[in-house]
Amino acid sequence: MSKGIQLMFDIKDLYQEVIVDHNRSPRNFGKLENADTTLEGFNPLCGDKLTLYLKTDSGKINDIAFDGSGCAISVASASLMTDAMKGKSLDEAEILFNEFHNLVTTDDDYDADSLGKLAALAGVKDYPARVKCASLCWHTLHSALQGNNTPVKTE
Amino acid sequence: MNNLNIAKTIKNTSAPFDVEKFRKDFPILNEQVRGKPLVYLDNAATSQKPKQVIEILDAYYRETNSNIHRGVHTLSEKATAIYEKVRGKVKEFINADTTKEIVFVRGATEGINLVAQSFGRNTLKAGDEIIITELEHHSNIVPWQILSEQTGATLKYIPINDAGELILEEYEELLSVKTRIVAVGHISNALGTINPIKTIIDKAHAVGAKVIVDGAQAVPHIQVDIKELDCDFYVFSGHKLFGPTGIGVLYGKEAILESMPPYQGGGDMIQTVSMEKSTYNAIPYKFEAGTPHIAGVVGLGAAIDYVNELGLETAAQYEIELLDYADEQASQVSGLNFIGTAKNKTSILSFTLDGIHPHDIGTILDGEGVAIRAGHHCAMPVMERFNIPATARASFAFYNTRHEIDALIQAIDKCQKVFN
Repeated sequence: MSKGIQLMFDIKDLYQEVIVDHNRSPRNFGKLENADTTLEGFNPLCGDKLTLYLKTDSGKINDIAFDGSGCAISVASASLMTDAMKGKSLDEAEILFNEFHNLVTTDDDYDADSLGKLAALAGVKDYPARVKCASLCWHTLHSALQGNNTPVKTE
Repeated sequence: MNNLNIAKTIKNTSAPFDVEKFRKDFPILNEQVRGKPLVYLDNAATSQKPKQVIEILDAYYRETNSNIHRGVHTLSEKATAIYEKVRGKVKEFINADTTKEIVFVRGATEGINLVAQSFGRNTLKAGDEIIITELEHHSNIVPWQILSEQTGATLKYIPINDAGELILEEYEELLSVKTRIVAVGHISNALGTINPIKTIIDKAHAVGAKVIVDGAQAVPHIQVDIKELDCDFYVFSGHKLFGPTGIGVLYGKEAILESMPPYQGGGDMIQTVSMEKSTYNAIPYKFEAGTPHIAGVVGLGAAIDYVNELGLETAAQYEIELLDYADEQASQVSGLNFIGTAKNKTSILSFTLDGIHPHDIGTILDGEGVAIRAGHHCAMPVMERFNIPATARASFAFYNTRHEIDALIQAIDKCQKVFN
């Protein structure tokens, strides 16, 4: 999306097809048996809740899943994130975390190739109140990968 | 306590409610949001301000600003006179006995905390009971939880039925000689239920309990008559009554206020201060420590003048017709579920849409210029009762129109199109 004054507003910039689809049929949804890391994320203001399950081995995310409830933005974001993270090294995960953070909070150019479908969440930055919905799962993952075990809260 | 009946009587005798005339008083209603005309349906969160309120705040700061109750200079005397005149207006507005019973506070929340910490903390002991309801806003739950922890008193809840009405039989079961305080909202902010507070007050008094009524949602819609209600305390916020934020009112019966210790210490609430001890000012000043929100009081006075001019009963009748129209239109939307269907309710349409989270509804409606609240409305026990995380809530004021309700319904249709 270009910088500057947005003359035409379209809600579909936020609720793109990809987001509606991932909300309707979230990928990697459900408890992961034998997860080595489980962490909860909670958005006290909206009540969005998710639990993230991770299986890591030799510095790599072998498997990842989530369950919980929330708005379309938070569910789609978790669905897209878990899809994107499968098979990533911890270093790659950290890079993607930072790229995603820039995508939803700044007007900076982003690398559409490395973000892939995640770029569909770019519209969130025009809705400051909704940024926390999109980033809840990401903060939870970030915290889990850092070895924290206290539930994550976004405000 | 049934102003709805009064309003219905007026309906047959007065001219139609001229909503367009009143809309002209509210400059913000001409704003555009995301390129669309603003449709403001978040009045239960805060109401908009008429130019009469906006202009008096401007004039106060330009012409009269000064501190009160202490200066001998002209401006201070003027500011003091205006401030105290508004106390008189509030007394008249809610039909209290004397201005000594009118304490200015920051808002309904501070009023409830004042009563809990001054009256409650000094009169309750372990084993005593406080009764509140499942319908309450967090501001009428948390202060009582804190007080219970401090005193060892037990907190009990009057449950609600599937329509969102208090179950009075259960209330009677909860009442006993152990009941010291009953705290109840006059109108539910989450569902719009008008509670039968006169009955609740009478039954509480029969066992010797004191009653505090949270009137934050009621004062913009119902003409409150303290003498008729006979409650011990009543609180409300100016900003929901078309006045400024940061100012509110605690009404307390004179004898009870007299018996209560100060809530906060500071200037203006004392008679004398020595190094060893202070003596306190008379009520209501005993409860108004520090320089108050003088401009807020001035604005509240203008807001009360405005609603007096408007006529709350006439406005209430118009709002009932508006809610009926909204209910009728919303009931034709497939997949829309009403949350809160009390027989006696006002100005709030709380709903969910199948398969669409309320926060997404809020955002998509905003895209159409329609401002509603999406969330738990600071009433999480109500959400728990209906087993939902949140609702979308459209709340109306007398300046809303049928045309705006049509815009709401069209925006809801848009939500469903985005997701299907």
